[in-house]
Amino acid sequence: MTGERARARRREASVLGVVAAGGVLGAEARYGLGVLLPHGPAGWPWSTLVANLSGCLLIGVLMVVITELTVAHRLVRPFLGVGVLGGYTTFSTATVDVLTLAHAGRPLAALAYVVATPVLAVLACGIGVVATRVAAGRAPQPREGGR
Amino acid sequence: MSGAAVLWVALGAAVGAPLRYLVDRAVRSRYRGRFPWGTFAVNVAGSAVLGALTGAVVALPDGVVPAAVQAVLGTGFCGALTTYSTFGYETVTLVEKRAPVTAVVYVVGSVVAGLLAAALSWWAAGLAVG
Repeated sequence: MTGERARARRREASVLGVVAAGGVLGAEARYGLGVLLPHGPAGWPWSTLVANLSGCLLIGVLMVVITELTVAHRLVRPFLGVGVLGGYTTFSTATVDVLTLAHAGRPLAALAYVVATPVLAVLACGIGVVATRVAAGRAPQPREGGR
Repeated sequence: MSGAAVLWVALGAAVGAPLRYLVDRAVRSRYRGRFPWGTFAVNVAGSAVLGALTGAVVALPDGVVPAAVQAVLGTGFCGALTTYSTFGYETVTLVEKRAPVTAVVYVVGSVVAGLLAAALSWWAAGLAVG
């Protein structure tokens, strides 16, 4: 009983560990992108938009690969999905970018950004999902009852 | 790109990402509906924290809020606590499970709640430090 418990605790610790490690890698990539594509308060937040759109595209690809095409190791999803891509993309910066634009006297840019980010992000994720299924020779839609 | 900032970002992200995982798991164990409340909660909470931080940075003279605090709390912690990739994937999943209304409510609700939370805490932080 105690062995069972200890094993469960070790599994839990390993998941938290890979989520943290992946989160650090993803956050550093996002930070690097911000250094490469700097913008002032009134500037269009390209770095956050690029991180969020590319991260959404990649999670679409990842989730199809590990849930429909292969049997992945139990730590792959926590590391790459929850950790790396979760740490790479950010909802808080996307939200505060909108307020920063409005505060800098660019309400129209703020409005365009607040609409464009979620629409393009969901689209990018959908493209990642469908394109991966098509590339693997599967139907674009998952079979009924699947998953 | 400063070495110190890289370390601060790592420290914040090493806390933010596992916290997101733990919140999502705790929510999933209590609520079995299809609305992604776990991601919704971390995204709105993280927006509120980053809104407060940014409100304080804007209200105070340059350099009063140290760059290290912005790196560890803003870029690292809030950035890793919140997620757009999971948010996008959950939305696509809702559409595929033929719940387009829930998907739209999820997206619009998250964006609006995040904005309100961030704006409110930005304003409150400005009052607090001003």
